[in-house]
Amino acid sequence: MEDALQLLIAKYNYWIYITLMMIGLYGVIAKNNLVKKIVGMSIFQTAIILFFVSMGMKKGATIPIVVHEEASHGVIRAVDYINPLPHVLMLTAIVVAVSTLGVALALAVRVYKKYGTLEEDEILEQIRKS
Amino acid sequence: MTEHLPALIVVVPLLSAFLVFALGWVKRELCFPVGLCGLGVVAWACVGLLVQVLESGPVTYKLGGWEAPWGIVYVVDTLNGMVLAAVSLSAFIQWVWSAPSLLRQFPDRLGALYGLQMLFVTGLLGITVTGDAFNLYVLLEIASITAYALIAMGEERAALSSLNYVFMGTVGACFYLLGVGYLYIMTGTLNMADLARLLTGLHGSRAIQVAFLITMVGLWLKMAFFPLHGWLPNAYTHAPAALSGLIAPLMTKVMVYVMIRIDLHVFGPSYSFEKLGLDRAVVWLAVLAVVMSSVLALAQRDLKRMLTYVILMEVGYMVGGFWLGNRSGMTGAVLHLLNDVFMTLCAFLAVGNLLYRLQGCSFPELRGAFSKMPFTMGGLVATALSIVGVPPTCGFFSKWYLLLGALEAEHYGFLAALIFSSLVSMVLFFRVFEWAFFSSQHENAEKGHTGSSLQEAPAQMVVPLLLVAAGLIALGLFSGEIVSRIVEPAIPMAVS
Repeated sequence: MEDALQLLIAKYNYWIYITLMMIGLYGVIAKNNLVKKIVGMSIFQTAIILFFVSMGMKKGATIPIVVHEEASHGVIRAVDYINPLPHVLMLTAIVVAVSTLGVALALAVRVYKKYGTLEEDEILEQIRKS
Repeated sequence: MTEHLPALIVVVPLLSAFLVFALGWVKRELCFPVGLCGLGVVAWACVGLLVQVLESGPVTYKLGGWEAPWGIVYVVDTLNGMVLAAVSLSAFIQWVWSAPSLLRQFPDRLGALYGLQMLFVTGLLGITVTGDAFNLYVLLEIASITAYALIAMGEERAALSSLNYVFMGTVGACFYLLGVGYLYIMTGTLNMADLARLLTGLHGSRAIQVAFLITMVGLWLKMAFFPLHGWLPNAYTHAPAALSGLIAPLMTKVMVYVMIRIDLHVFGPSYSFEKLGLDRAVVWLAVLAVVMSSVLALAQRDLKRMLTYVILMEVGYMVGGFWLGNRSGMTGAVLHLLNDVFMTLCAFLAVGNLLYRLQGCSFPELRGAFSKMPFTMGGLVATALSIVGVPPTCGFFSKWYLLLGALEAEHYGFLAALIFSSLVSMVLFFRVFEWAFFSSQHENAEKGHTGSSLQEAPAQMVVPLLLVAAGLIALGLFSGEIVSRIVEPAIPMAVS
């Protein structure tokens, strides 16, 4: 019990990202409305972005800007600074997520114009009839 | 100049994509020639790079002059040199071939379409050339997002199929990214060579196992490996004919390349095949993929749709052959990767030509195609022979290596699946040819005239098709050379 609690509390960022990811995956797979699926997809992507952002974090560390005077005084301890790389990577991943969302929404608009509905079962019904 | 070739093959198409897009607003007629020049330069650079690699070993290019583990490097060895040459050449051929049908189908959207096509090629070439795991994700998404947009240009159900592809493709890419995140946590690097070096000490780690599995599932989703293939048939069937000639041959094959690269050069063969003990299970999955997609292909009544299931079958071949884990199987998989780019290209060029003249390509509509379009059907026959695996077409040689690999690994399920699917593809294509050849004879006899007039597609579409068809035979004739000089050095010595 103690161990499980330890696992739950010490690694809470992972639990949050896994929960979010599963919510997103559920949305993509199980929802019938196309916009809800798109929302699920977006949550899924955000969960992974959060995972990356959280892994760059260090307790008690500060933003990774090394001032020149400070550097000239002596050694720079990496422990004092947050790892900036995952954050920078996620800037790119956010751009990717936004463009995917844009394309998905544009496609949803086209689907709506064609079938007059966004419910997947109604669309499939129409396709089957034609 | 030659030392900057690796950068050129990404920078040139990227810049010409924007140039072509801008020209679409100013002077539409210039889009085609400018893009042609761009792709010509790229094809020249890729082939030049392959020659350079063959002569003097792998080439490493540091982008912006940053040293390897910190900066992004482009690494070209024979494996991706081969894929680069195949991708750039088939993109070039497709560019020439697609012009007439694009001009007819989308006269007012040429700039955007050409720009998207060029970006798609940029993404694929970037995926192939990069030596950085995260850079690969970004380029993968560039290729995928443009593919979604290009597929959605089609009519009828294209938007819905493309949306389904968006969902599956995004989940796949996110899984890959997640796997990379796990690798980054464990090793602190994203450079593939550096990852490979650091991972040798971490083979027992549970996190690395998870990273491996998640990455593989993501890539299988992207390449439409059997249980995760749901998006592919609809997306490729409903895409415009001119554009499925670009997307269908390249996307899945480049993803297979990524799987080979990650397994062999990041995790390493000993980890991928021995440590996890998943190899036989994956090959059984491939057996299922091959058998199910051949059966599903039999159920189709439309040539283009049938071919999408043939793509799934080929993906099954490559994944299965690769996961056999022995030298012959891997040689077969890598050789098949090269052959399949051109086989699928040839098949979809032929379908595009048919659709240029005919209403659709469901079997009844193909009636009389042989007498109307003899050259196009000739190209399709060459593809069919190659897919079935008749010597001297290239399909025979890669299948031969796959069979040898299955025998060596004593995996008789895969052996049976290979033979079964070859027989099924024979039935598939003979059925198509029966409709296209014999049916017209009956009808003509009934109507009482001797033959219908020639209605071949324009020369700009026929010549590329015939070139690719001749290429299938050339690839077959030179396959010994290709195996010994390109494929053999691409497989690590550790694989026996």
